[in-house]
Amino acid sequence: MSSDGSNNKKMSIIVTKGTLDWAYPPFILATTAASMDVDVTLFFTFYGLQLLKKDLDHLQISTLGNPAMEMPMMGMHMQMPNIVSAIPGVDAMATKMMKNMIKKKGVASIPELREAALELDVKLIGCQMTMDLFEWDQSMMIDGIEVGGAATYMEQALQADINLYI
Amino acid sequence: MTNFLDTKGMNCPLPILKTKKAIKDLTAGETITVESTDPGSVKDFEAFCRSTGNELLESSEANGVYSYIIKKSA
Repeated sequence: MSSDGSNNKKMSIIVTKGTLDWAYPPFILATTAASMDVDVTLFFTFYGLQLLKKDLDHLQISTLGNPAMEMPMMGMHMQMPNIVSAIPGVDAMATKMMKNMIKKKGVASIPELREAALELDVKLIGCQMTMDLFEWDQSMMIDGIEVGGAATYMEQALQADINLYI
Repeated sequence: MTNFLDTKGMNCPLPILKTKKAIKDLTAGETITVESTDPGSVKDFEAFCRSTGNELLESSEANGVYSYIIKKSA
């Protein structure tokens, strides 16, 4: 166990969600684990693949299906009823509020965490099948990623001490 | 011995990420002082040092600022 990356621990995470809020857990855990000398692999599949696009400005949060979401508003914490998500512009507004809070509280942005993941040599694998399904081209994605399938992920997972699905 | 890292105002996991980056540039045995305003950083720096083998020489708090002195392991 030393700071040169020789503790031989491995972690893998399957990343399946493409919203701004759900982008946080995989990137926070991946960068922190890599900082603690863990060898980390992230496998991005289905909507999670959005997190490998060059531009991440399109990531949004949705109030739909999330009755636990509270927003600080006018000095209190207001719950967002599910029904309001049907109103055009509500997701965009909620996303804007969330981004403002993130900035105000000194929380890292997703592009910042993804950059840190690359710097820390976290292995980023995009799902080939998802790319075919959604008709995406690798030119839409950032450099420094691999593209592979379930077997590529499984090879990593079989060697890992921790495997998570987010 | 004047290595210093200011992470005040940053939230989890940024203080740890910045510290890891800073430690990388040190030679074994060198120390670094890190300051943070994140209350969660107290337990996090203990865990970080235990897991990476770096030594947490000192952990203190004054007026909401947490200070850590970390010695890089060999």
